[in-house]
Amino acid sequence: MSVKTVITGIGVATANGLGVDEFWAATRVGKNAIGRVTRFDASSYPARLAGEVRGFEVSEHLPSRLIPQTDRMTQLALVAADCAFEDAGVEPGNIPEFDMGVVTASTSGGFEFGQNELKKLWSQGSQYVSAYQSFAWFYAVNSGQISIRNGMKGPSGVVVSDHAGGLDAIAQARRQIRKGSKLIFSGGFDASICPWGWVAQVAGGRLSTSDEPDRAYLPFDAAANGYVPGEGGALLILEDIRTARERGAENIYGEVAGYGATFDPKPGSGREPGLRRAIAVALADAGVEAGEVDVVFADAAGSPDLDRQEADAITAVFGPSGVPVTAPKTMIGRLYSGAAPVDVVSAVLAIREGLIPPTTNVELSPEYDLDLVTGQPRTASVRTALVLARGVGGFNSAVVVRATG
Amino acid sequence: MSEQEFTITDLTRILLEGAGAGEGIDLGGDILDTDFEELGYESLALLETGGRIEREYGISLDDDIFTDHRTPRALVAAINGYLKELVAP
Repeated sequence: MSVKTVITGIGVATANGLGVDEFWAATRVGKNAIGRVTRFDASSYPARLAGEVRGFEVSEHLPSRLIPQTDRMTQLALVAADCAFEDAGVEPGNIPEFDMGVVTASTSGGFEFGQNELKKLWSQGSQYVSAYQSFAWFYAVNSGQISIRNGMKGPSGVVVSDHAGGLDAIAQARRQIRKGSKLIFSGGFDASICPWGWVAQVAGGRLSTSDEPDRAYLPFDAAANGYVPGEGGALLILEDIRTARERGAENIYGEVAGYGATFDPKPGSGREPGLRRAIAVALADAGVEAGEVDVVFADAAGSPDLDRQEADAITAVFGPSGVPVTAPKTMIGRLYSGAAPVDVVSAVLAIREGLIPPTTNVELSPEYDLDLVTGQPRTASVRTALVLARGVGGFNSAVVVRATG
Repeated sequence: MSEQEFTITDLTRILLEGAGAGEGIDLGGDILDTDFEELGYESLALLETGGRIEREYGISLDDDIFTDHRTPRALVAAINGYLKELVAP
């Protein structure tokens, strides 16, 4: 019997809000949440803007037992997990512990925690380093902490493939649902707005150095000149549609219907980048024709060379201006492992409301044959959405989400 | 050097600083004879606690300190033993 993997719960934390309602209220109208870095003094760094999660008081959400052992990205993820359970109407204790797992993505790990401990190591000595440094920095720590807190002992893991990882994790979660798990958490969180994390991001060479929050991250714009990093992400609860219906799930947001992942050819080979094939594979996996896709959530790297590659891939599959394209991440910055799960959230909410959130601040360059949704949100009947994500080093992933009703 | 005393108040303060308290656990309550494990502290939390005690009091604890002393009462007594040795070796 075929298994249909559906999204039944959402936890989200981005610069545009904590929780689904706050997030969507801001996202649907294109509210720009990019601003000056406030988590540390970034005035002497080449990049000074970020999409920060504001007003998050961890002690209001988590027991003190968890706070000294967790990086900010883990704290956000744990709170998002609690929200997702609540949204799904599931008490973790009501499902057998080996039938629930956690598969998340991570790009940086716990940089802020690691920075603080390294500082103690070099200024005070090794005996001052927290024992929790052993795991608090680690890529897999969000999966581990969510699993421990909620008693989820089923198949779990972490995927590390930069932005693409957010979709790769969702695909792995879908595999586990197909293999018989009842509930899998998936998604990703990164939060590296601290000096050490910032230096690592600056070294990537693609950060915007603009000081104007509404002119800094402009994918597909003639003025595109890098991206603004953000923090946060999203967690999704995935279930088989029958399991979800049997327990009377209130929210069945949409189906994870297709997935494709490819790797770019060797640089300099002159061969076509892998994104178009990833899209083709995802559509075939979903059994969807290009003409049935109602909106594409772009990776939107924000650098002219990468924007060109993405626009070419979209145009090759859908034809010139053949499908509405949007990049709500222009409001909150690029969230690394968290970016694509947040786009999947926007995609299912776009399906629910029949509204495509805009690419904020951007004016489409005439160089691209794209139907980019800019300026205002666009009302549209959305039943099938495609989410794209690329990771540094050649990762390309695509996910098709589809209405279930 | 005069002898310092290590009390349950010191222990609960250090536990809270290094590892926090679990949901529903009141470290201000009667915990003297409750196992650390029951209080929600796994080996890493105890490692962190031991490290903090060593730093603050300038002592070096045995690796087995928490396996030999599983409750706050036993640990407080053991730490005071170390502090005594410090002044009268």
